[in-house]
Amino acid sequence: MKLNWFKYASPVTFYPLAGKLIPWFALAAAILTVAGLYLSFFVAPTDFQQGESYRIIFIHVPAAWMSMFIYIVMAGWAAAGLIFNTRLSSMMASALAPTGALFTFIALWTGALWGKPTWGAWWVWDARLTSELILLFLYMGFLALHAAIDDPRRADRASAVLALVGVVNVPIIYFSVKWWNTLHQGASVSMTMAPKMAATMLLGMLVMALACWMYSIAAALARVRCIILEREQQAEWIANLGEPI
Amino acid sequence: MMQTLRYVVFRDLLLAMRRRADVATTLFFFVIVASLFPLGVGPDPKLLRVMAPGILWVGALLASMLSLGRLFAEDYADGSLEQLVLAPEPLALVVIGKVVAHWLVSGLPLVLISPVIALQFDLPREAIVTLLLALLLGTPLLSLIGAIGAALTVGVRGGGVLISLLVLPLYVPVLIFGAGAVDASAMGMDASGHLSILGALLLLGMVLAPWATAAALRISLE
Repeated sequence: MKLNWFKYASPVTFYPLAGKLIPWFALAAAILTVAGLYLSFFVAPTDFQQGESYRIIFIHVPAAWMSMFIYIVMAGWAAAGLIFNTRLSSMMASALAPTGALFTFIALWTGALWGKPTWGAWWVWDARLTSELILLFLYMGFLALHAAIDDPRRADRASAVLALVGVVNVPIIYFSVKWWNTLHQGASVSMTMAPKMAATMLLGMLVMALACWMYSIAAALARVRCIILEREQQAEWIANLGEPI
Repeated sequence: MMQTLRYVVFRDLLLAMRRRADVATTLFFFVIVASLFPLGVGPDPKLLRVMAPGILWVGALLASMLSLGRLFAEDYADGSLEQLVLAPEPLALVVIGKVVAHWLVSGLPLVLISPVIALQFDLPREAIVTLLLALLLGTPLLSLIGAIGAALTVGVRGGGVLISLLVLPLYVPVLIFGAGAVDASAMGMDASGHLSILGALLLLGMVLAPWATAAALRISLE
């Protein structure tokens, strides 16, 4: 049997597929969120050092994971768009960017909310916080560049180059910020978690991370459907969809 | 190949010499930004000595970024950029030539004037030497990274503000190691580690940035 890898590479076939997939991912996201929140609020024990405020990690850590991971996936789609010149890959990249920026913002915000009771400060120039902030700037740059160029194909390709440059830079930025931090100030605050984390805590975090995954996929698919509709307005197959747009 | 490189560098230098005021503007921007900080935070020499490496480097970052607009925008406006892209010589080579010229016009003057500003901030002599070396390694890197941003925003509306959003986050490692080197030697420590990393980043930038810039230029001009 010969697999046709590119069957769903065209918006015509992908649009209905995405439409079919979204409810499933959204449902999974809803169920996992409920389960994850139940685990994190009712099952996971109170931390003996940080009290109840530690519970913010159940959203904070998954959001931080997603923020970094989505950037890499986005750059991967952008690269695919550049290499294979497939419209849909670039659309996926631009559909992922707002979700990634959202998770970066959530990670920063919840981090601040957690930092106030734990460290006594909304913000410290910790290596992770700083590199997360720079990641947010990179997302903003990608979105701004895409928005500034009127021709969507050119915008796709220009922001793809930017995303790839960013991906090369992310590790450099991360390590330079880390070294900068250790050079400037001693480890007055350490983000490292207690080594023995209760199993239920870890479970809650993983379930929440899965929920974030499902949400991201559903949101990206929904957004890519909107982008397809927007860009292919003139296409005949859209006229034949018969859906109220 | 060398001929192409030399031609592009000389052409851009000649163009810059015809508009000397632009070169001076970048330089004076750097001087003014550095002079604003003591007015803002107070004249306490101890505080200023601590802040000097950061101030000088942030000033260099901003000054280098401001002059990026000139890298491709004028050539794009008069159509010569298109000719350069169409030329049989590799575009990355043309980009290297333009970056070299940009550095000679906007980076090198900063490097040369920085000791004078460092004296205003009362930096010790070893720190000034380190500052010179770090700027010498770091400013070409700023031009290389900035060229990518400049190429991406060629012919884009609001390019000037946009370029800062694209380029400044990418400048972060240069800032950290550049200011770190000066910091270290002001505290009497060995700065060679920082300088080595800056050199390594410069080499990496020299290999990758012209290539990315060339790709971005082709996209911007299609």
